[in-house]
Amino acid sequence: MSKAAKFSEWRSIWLLLAVFFLGFPGPARAQTDDAFRILVAEFSNANFREKRVVIERLLDTGHPGVRGFLTALLDSRLFVRDRDQQPFIVESTDDGLSEFTLLDPASLAGAGSAQPGQLSRVITNNQLRRFLRTVIPRFSLSSPDAGIRLDAVQQMLRSLDAAAIELLRDRADEETDERVSYEIDTALALAALDESDPRRRLSAVATLADRLHPEVFNRLSVLLYQAEDGSFVEPSSDVRRAAGEALISIGRARTFYGIIETAFFGLSLGSVLALAAIGLTVTFGVMGVINMAHGELIMLGAYTTYAVQLAMPEHISISVLVAIPAAFIVAGLAGVLIERTIVRFLYGRPLDTLLATFGVSLVLQQLVRSVFSANNRPVVTPTWMSGTLQINEIFSLTYNRLYIVLLALMVFGALMAVLEHTRIGLEIRAVSQNRLMARAMGVRSEWVDAMTFGLGSGIAGVAGVALSQIGNVGPNLGQSYIIDSFMVVVFGGVGNIWGTLIGGMTLGIANKILEPFAGAVLGKIFVLVAVILFIQRRPRGLFPQTGRAAEGM
Amino acid sequence: MKIDKRAITAFFSDRTSLGFLALLGSVGILVPILNLAVPESSPVHLSSYVVGLIGKYLCYAILAIAVDLIWGFCGILSLGHAVFFALGAYAMGMYLMRQIGDRGVYGHAVLPDFMVFLNWDELPWFWYGFDRFWFALIMVVFVPAALAGLFGWLAFRSRVTGVYFSIMTQALSYALLLAFFRNDMGFGGNNGFTDFKELLGFDLQLDGMRSALLVATTVALAASYGACRMIVGSRAGRVIRSIRDAESRTRFLGYQVESYKLWLFVFSAMLAGVAGALYVPQVGIINPSEFSPIKSIEVVIWVLVGGRGTLYGAAVGAILVNYLKTFFTAALPELWLYALGAIFIGVTVLLPRGLAGLLPALKRVK
Repeated sequence: MSKAAKFSEWRSIWLLLAVFFLGFPGPARAQTDDAFRILVAEFSNANFREKRVVIERLLDTGHPGVRGFLTALLDSRLFVRDRDQQPFIVESTDDGLSEFTLLDPASLAGAGSAQPGQLSRVITNNQLRRFLRTVIPRFSLSSPDAGIRLDAVQQMLRSLDAAAIELLRDRADEETDERVSYEIDTALALAALDESDPRRRLSAVATLADRLHPEVFNRLSVLLYQAEDGSFVEPSSDVRRAAGEALISIGRARTFYGIIETAFFGLSLGSVLALAAIGLTVTFGVMGVINMAHGELIMLGAYTTYAVQLAMPEHISISVLVAIPAAFIVAGLAGVLIERTIVRFLYGRPLDTLLATFGVSLVLQQLVRSVFSANNRPVVTPTWMSGTLQINEIFSLTYNRLYIVLLALMVFGALMAVLEHTRIGLEIRAVSQNRLMARAMGVRSEWVDAMTFGLGSGIAGVAGVALSQIGNVGPNLGQSYIIDSFMVVVFGGVGNIWGTLIGGMTLGIANKILEPFAGAVLGKIFVLVAVILFIQRRPRGLFPQTGRAAEGM
Repeated sequence: MKIDKRAITAFFSDRTSLGFLALLGSVGILVPILNLAVPESSPVHLSSYVVGLIGKYLCYAILAIAVDLIWGFCGILSLGHAVFFALGAYAMGMYLMRQIGDRGVYGHAVLPDFMVFLNWDELPWFWYGFDRFWFALIMVVFVPAALAGLFGWLAFRSRVTGVYFSIMTQALSYALLLAFFRNDMGFGGNNGFTDFKELLGFDLQLDGMRSALLVATTVALAASYGACRMIVGSRAGRVIRSIRDAESRTRFLGYQVESYKLWLFVFSAMLAGVAGALYVPQVGIINPSEFSPIKSIEVVIWVLVGGRGTLYGAAVGAILVNYLKTFFTAALPELWLYALGAIFIGVTVLLPRGLAGLLPALKRVK
């Protein structure tokens, strides 16, 4: 799915949510509810012209569900169940879904699910959609919820026409929310750019000088255009100068936020990489074992998330929190099993462990295909993890990536705490520094090995939970991360957890910096080549392992 | 590398090697006869499909020998040898594409179909010369050798060894996989090359041509085996083995460990390139999936199954595992990955010396 589509999907979920919280049952609710339901049912069977009339009547009911209903209609998410001709709003119509989640149009509460084949879409035509696009913002502008109003104004900003300006001007006086006022101000200033009085235009430019909305930038740039006959779009040179200055300062702000945005994308990708690689470096650092099945342990974690969601469909919002320990345990047990049955026979032969664990990875992949089928499984992102944190018009952070950065830091902190402050952590460090001496001091190195492998694998499982929230959950999930994880480990220095964190972040940011210039694929190739060259300078990575374990590798 | 007289005498007194070569010779003679001279009704007749299959296995055997040479004798585990195989294959594929001429779907006299499809006007510079067979043959060994030389020089010079080297080669193959998937690389994107017509003027679909290619592959395999046997039997071979067993000690004894490794790695890459070049006309397609890391790891498992450090074991392992693969993917496709995974685990844990490791035990039983 494209980024834009995803964005709009989150946006609509947001809207639905907002409407949902608004729609607390009130005293008059029951009556309007009935009227609303009747109209909705009427609507689904009406022809295009009747539909328009029904919409207007719907608007008159003032029912809190109207907005959600109309938005769903505009997004083509309104369906009629073939069996009983009942209208439903579908939560999401993603291609990957084999089952649509149905919502009741009046309450927006869950109303079961249905296969796409059992539903027919309520169709709209262009005229109706145009009508909806004007009517929804107008309706939203008088919504009691400031968030909805803000969204409506921002929507209108993109295509200002006389009607919209009129609406906004009316609203400007009674608007109490600061952010909404601010946006209305922007819109009115944009509208004022078309006025004939140059002083009005000048003051409009002055208002717009610190506004970051992309539309502002576009409009101000247009003012500076010079036609072929030498005349400017904007006749007044004062206004042009002011616009030019405004553009420079806006441009500076845009660059600034652009850099921050790249850094954030880089950090979130870096967190994913670090999360995927930390477990790898633990097992290698302590046991000299390169675990090629690591990617598949990540995959197990992702499938655990899916299974947990299947087991508690009523509590999707906390399922992710349950999935984290569950994935840790599942992947950790799988890791201990691999260690006890295979890896322990191969100590001292790192290349052989590499091959044997690769065999394990093939088996695990096929196992998942047999159990869950080869298709991707849909993992639902809980609402508190979806959506965006809008800092300003051109800069927003998506919550799921924000949480992944947090999760990576927490896992990292927890791992550090375990290694530094617990008995088993002490033993793990002892064995990794000098196995023979540790054994001589009474450390049961075999047990430590099993625990270490379990720990590294468990962390892989937690990484899988995170990955299930940002990508597809399928049998190939692990493979797509394993080589990147290796790069992180090699770059950061094998066996060094700090190195892995810094290595992951560096590679993540490097990837995101290169992407706009080189494209995703070439950017990745560049990073791989850069790591290969980096190894020239520092063959043992950023933070080389020292001590006896460093030899003989 | 100086050819050592002792190595030659040792080679001809080595009964396993002679046995292996005799077996190869009989395959090279018998298979074409059974395909061309024996009537189809006869039970011993071999279909052209089987001839192509055997040819493919023999190409893989060359690749396996190339990997065994560096892994079994020098301890360098390359997880990117399929890259060199694929580069050789692409070089030959480019020649075969140029041979299509104006018989492509779009009928362009010079440009291959995919370039016409991309609206390209002229041949990219790196396609020049590939209409000549001799040039393609040089490239088949030169391109893999150049890449191996550069990569090996960078890696060995800074003493990237062991697992690190394996991971870096895997990253290399992954990077090239991504690169060759790109349409604007000029190598046909994810479709690669296919629809070849003829080689040196002979139609590739002819039975005689298939047998000729099989004979050529057999000869190449025998020559590769002989050359590798010479190398490992020579004085240099002993240095190489000592690098495998104690790299630091060899270095302290005054040997240029890096240059031994580099030359061996380059030679091995050239063998892989030759294998790829023979593979393309027999299989009829080459696409970027040959670069995928799993292909390279599969080569390692062939060597492991046959027995590393024996050369003939690698060849036998390649043929055996690929026969199993053909069998499984036809009969029980969903079980193939289980089987392959089980082979990986089983052989490393239970049979670290591979099937060849069983031979002495068998002799003792007798």
